[in-house]
Amino acid sequence: MTAFVIRRLLQAVPQLFIISVLLFGLMQAFGDPIATLGGRTPPRAEDRERLTRLLGLDQPVWMQYAFWLAGNDWFMMDRDGDGIGDTPGGRRGVLRGDWGTSLVTRKPVMEDIADRLPNTLLLGLVGEIVIIIGSLTIGIYSALNRYTFVDNVITALSFAGFSMPVFWLALMLMYIFAVNFRRWGLPYLPTVGMFDPDVGPSLSELLRHMVLPVATLSLISIAGYSRYVRSSMLDVLGQDYIRTAKAKGLTAVKVLRKHALQNAALPFVTLIGLDLPFLLAGATVTESIFAWPGMGRLFLERTDRADYPTLMAILMMISIAVVFFQLITDLVYSFLDPRIRLD
Amino acid sequence: MTAIAPSNRLDAEALPPQPASPAAVAWRRFQRHRLAMVGMFMLLAVALFVTIGSLFVHGYCSGLKQDVIGERWANCNDTSQIRQPPSSSYLFGTDSVGRDLFARVIFGGQISLLIGVCAALLEVIVGSIVGAVAAYYGGWVDNVLMRLTEAMLNIPSLFLLIVISKFFGGSLPDINLFGRHLTGSVAVIILVIALTSWMYLARIVRASVLSLRERDYVSAARALGVSDRRIIFTHLLPNTLAPIVVTATLGVANAILSEAYVSFLGLGVTGATATWGNMLEGAYRYLEAAPWLWFFPGILILLTVLGVNFVGDGLRDALDPGGLKDL
Repeated sequence: MTAFVIRRLLQAVPQLFIISVLLFGLMQAFGDPIATLGGRTPPRAEDRERLTRLLGLDQPVWMQYAFWLAGNDWFMMDRDGDGIGDTPGGRRGVLRGDWGTSLVTRKPVMEDIADRLPNTLLLGLVGEIVIIIGSLTIGIYSALNRYTFVDNVITALSFAGFSMPVFWLALMLMYIFAVNFRRWGLPYLPTVGMFDPDVGPSLSELLRHMVLPVATLSLISIAGYSRYVRSSMLDVLGQDYIRTAKAKGLTAVKVLRKHALQNAALPFVTLIGLDLPFLLAGATVTESIFAWPGMGRLFLERTDRADYPTLMAILMMISIAVVFFQLITDLVYSFLDPRIRLD
Repeated sequence: MTAIAPSNRLDAEALPPQPASPAAVAWRRFQRHRLAMVGMFMLLAVALFVTIGSLFVHGYCSGLKQDVIGERWANCNDTSQIRQPPSSSYLFGTDSVGRDLFARVIFGGQISLLIGVCAALLEVIVGSIVGAVAAYYGGWVDNVLMRLTEAMLNIPSLFLLIVISKFFGGSLPDINLFGRHLTGSVAVIILVIALTSWMYLARIVRASVLSLRERDYVSAARALGVSDRRIIFTHLLPNTLAPIVVTATLGVANAILSEAYVSFLGLGVTGATATWGNMLEGAYRYLEAAPWLWFFPGILILLTVLGVNFVGDGLRDALDPGGLKDL
């Protein structure tokens, strides 16, 4: 078990290295970060040259990567432009926990991320809970009532659900529950932001503003996952031990809860476990439509301005989380299913 | 050893009936799949709509002061007709610069379908080659390719889509295809979608080639001196056809959705060329004032993707070798 964890963590090192090289290479084509440094006015030629040197952008790409990874305090940076290094750099590099400074806000990258992460997690975690409850309920119900009218309707709706572009679903929900409900004089839902600036932040405001984004986030996932629950539930219900359990006289509820559900839930645990790290990324499209100040929108805003330290930090943070949650999922799975040996 | 006495008379009735070929069985099972047939019908309807329909759209373009047909009508803007609601002269209404949405949905559909099919094909080519090469050669080749695959799977797909479309943005020249002038961004989008989606197929193909390459017929082919490339393309890949076909089909649906996402975020096909995706870009600002702007392109995306998913589901059931027994 310990050996397994250590081996997996060691395997993660080259994997994360490859990801970072790949991403850093792709970032080079994001355009000129200096062009947008001064807001709308483009910098003068001598400022541009000075800034390029200051940010280390005059160095070859592999040196820039080395600075990003290991910092540049061991390297003489050329501050005055005479071609000779004179001042050591001030960055300590990702390996020593320094994710750099945002080119847009001039604040440490992690501060920018810390501003947005709670909003994203709030939306994502509530969404994930709705997804889990919704897909388990619907999946189990349709497995128990296979090929009935309701099951067929659910099947059709799930197909429609995961064939729908997420923003189109968002627009439809907004159109029905915000625009038309107001038109019809019904209680309607807000569509933008986390709370109404006139009312100020409060829990009830927050909840009201979360309804539509959470619905958008979860409906499409529920459509896919409930199919998954349904088919694994059907697999389990066909097993011999279910017949045995019924034959020895257990009530239907007990068979379902003790025998069927526990086994059918196993693959679902994997699915959710592998989903969790991506919550950090936020729901880019949903956040932009509902103007939710989260990570997805942060990523989009910074993409436009080629703020590569922030982008790298967001992407690497997610990659680390993915690796970590894969490990956790494997451990939880082996705990739930004793047949699985980790070595 | 007792041999069975050979019968002198070849009795046709005594012979077991000729077993149907796997393809015929699959086709029969596919036809029985009700959803798959509905999906086929939906796709056919969309395909006819965007091809036959394009021959009939026409109107009087006030900018050019003449009657125009086809794509020129789709790109003709009339500033006196901005955001007109659906009516008898503009079936789906007009957009923010006064172009006929009905015509744009038709011509945009051609591009969206083109992007969907081409991206899925490219995805399948890259995915199968990476998977097959990794499994066949093993060793460090396998290691490098699979680490790359994992690395790309670790990045959220939408972020990868954004990063790679930024990387290739505006770097390809314009092309002419079937008499239509397409901006280079169409090719960029195809490339980007394919490059961000081949990983799942590569893993599936790798797993099945790993078991296939130990089969006797592969050793036999190798002993005969057949080249590696020929073994991969004529002996290994055709035997993994089922997952490849299913992935290719569902890949079309994913590509159309991806095109819509990238375009929605403003990184998609640029210029006058309409696609279902870029028609939606910015349309959400008129959520209340002009719902037809986003409703019609969206419903066409939904119908197409739904049709493809139905067909993909039917193909998966029909090609499942485990299920072949029941027919």
